[in-house]
Amino acid sequence: MAALAPLSTYALRLGDDALILGQRLSEWCGHAPTIEVDLSLANLALDLIGQATHFLGVAGDADKLAFHRDALDFSNCLLVEQPNGDFAQTMARQFLFSTFQELHLHALASSKDERFAAIAAKAVKEVAYHRQLSSDWVVRLGDGTEESRARMTAGLDWMWRFVDELFQMDELEAKLAKGGAGVDKSELRAEWDRRVDAVLAEATLARPASRRPVLGGRRGHHTEHLGPLLSQMQFLQRAYPGAVW
Amino acid sequence: MYTTDLSGKDRKKPAPSAAEDPALLAAFEARVANDEFIEPKDWMPEAYRRTLVRQISQHAHSEIVGMLPEGNWITRAPSLRRKAILLAKVQDEGGHGLYLYSAAETLGASREEMIEALHSGKAKYSTIFNYPTLTWADIGAIGWLVDGAAIMNQVPLQRTSYGPYARAMVRVCKEESFHQRQGYELTMALCAGSKEQKRMAQDALNRWWWPSLMMFGPPDDKSPNTEQSIRWRIKRETNDELRQRFVDVTVPQAEAIGLAVPDPALKWNEDCGHYDFGKIDWEEFYAVVRGEGQVAKERMQARVTAWEDGAWVRNAATTYSVKRAAAKVAAE
Repeated sequence: MAALAPLSTYALRLGDDALILGQRLSEWCGHAPTIEVDLSLANLALDLIGQATHFLGVAGDADKLAFHRDALDFSNCLLVEQPNGDFAQTMARQFLFSTFQELHLHALASSKDERFAAIAAKAVKEVAYHRQLSSDWVVRLGDGTEESRARMTAGLDWMWRFVDELFQMDELEAKLAKGGAGVDKSELRAEWDRRVDAVLAEATLARPASRRPVLGGRRGHHTEHLGPLLSQMQFLQRAYPGAVW
Repeated sequence: MYTTDLSGKDRKKPAPSAAEDPALLAAFEARVANDEFIEPKDWMPEAYRRTLVRQISQHAHSEIVGMLPEGNWITRAPSLRRKAILLAKVQDEGGHGLYLYSAAETLGASREEMIEALHSGKAKYSTIFNYPTLTWADIGAIGWLVDGAAIMNQVPLQRTSYGPYARAMVRVCKEESFHQRQGYELTMALCAGSKEQKRMAQDALNRWWWPSLMMFGPPDDKSPNTEQSIRWRIKRETNDELRQRFVDVTVPQAEAIGLAVPDPALKWNEDCGHYDFGKIDWEEFYAVVRGEGQVAKERMQARVTAWEDGAWVRNAATTYSVKRAAAKVAAE
């Protein structure tokens, strides 16, 4: 893929995070533990697909970007591509990501770039609900039965190694943040820690131990889980090149 | 989405119970004949209640099972717009299931009981969902034909005699008519596309046409409950009347986008102002009702697995709320 302008690269990262998580959540449709949960997961997926459409639209042709890139050109964080696992693992991923995404979008709503500010201002309201919903489930499962507690602990343990990447800055994003268009994500970490710890305390869960972070998503170096997701998502566009749907 | 009225031949015709007060029954019949709504707290004959629980819960099950064939394509939808439309649509079906279960609960059936009956095979759901979704064009065909047939069935149900069911249908119909247009628009896009896309659309119509006609249920002379249901205004039109209306509306829609309805006997009948159409394979219909549809096993397995895999989540939620309630009492 040809090199993009810095703002487009930033939009691509934001769009890819939303797209890949939306795609993952939509795998639950029809299979959730209750009808109510099924509807709420579909809601989250819909919000995220909408956000992806907007952010990718800033970077270029949204559909082309979603359906015609290979893994090396995807720049989502590794957390969002992690498999759904059981419902606890899905909620662990959602809770960690939505808590971050809400802080990120809240800051981005003051971007000097009007497009980013407008998308973020709308999306942050949606994500506040995602954060609330997933936090509630972390508490319910953590402080529920012995089994749900064990599953919630395992879910957080699976996801925890991908947390540091959320706050990682590179030269490109640092420049955008300095210029007022982007956000310095490293500054969000303290508040994220505070919010996550508060929910974990209510859930009577211990914070997973720090460990060496797994990084690479922003540079196109993904986990093994992204490839199968892309081959499913892109199948029709790949099988019928040039077709309009 | 709508469930076929799957009352089998073996089912006993509902008859007023001997214990029921003739005066109450007469008053009930008069209210129904006068097009009044029956509400949950009103007296009603036991057979009326049973018929409604069966019909509404079948309808709810159909909505929930119906999420599976379409959900099958959400992760493979070919554009972001199509993905969002399909997600929203399948979510609507889940919502319909939810308020139909609630409507049935007003008649004294619990959601757990109803779901148990579905999983044990005791309760039926619409036969249409035991057909597979093989290509993207099937998503168009389901919206256009299956939801189209559902609307034909459901519009009269907005005036069905049981209030909560009728009111649920008002909302369901609005959403279904949106789905029908989306399905037709998807099919239109395929027909305006490449040769391969058009082939896909035609193939989907070929596979879904006859099962859609079967959605209206057995022919009137083989539909044992129709007469009583019409008298009680649970049903307002017969299966054959609704099926004919569907054919009359749908054939010109197919022609408009260059698709051929797979029925050599299909012909406009000038004299009666309707289409004549070929014989429906009722053997196939009854086989699918018996659970012999191609993906009947997959559909039930998916539902049962979701329910069993989710048991620990539901337990945890209950345990947590009991704990919280106890903690609140202790604090007071």
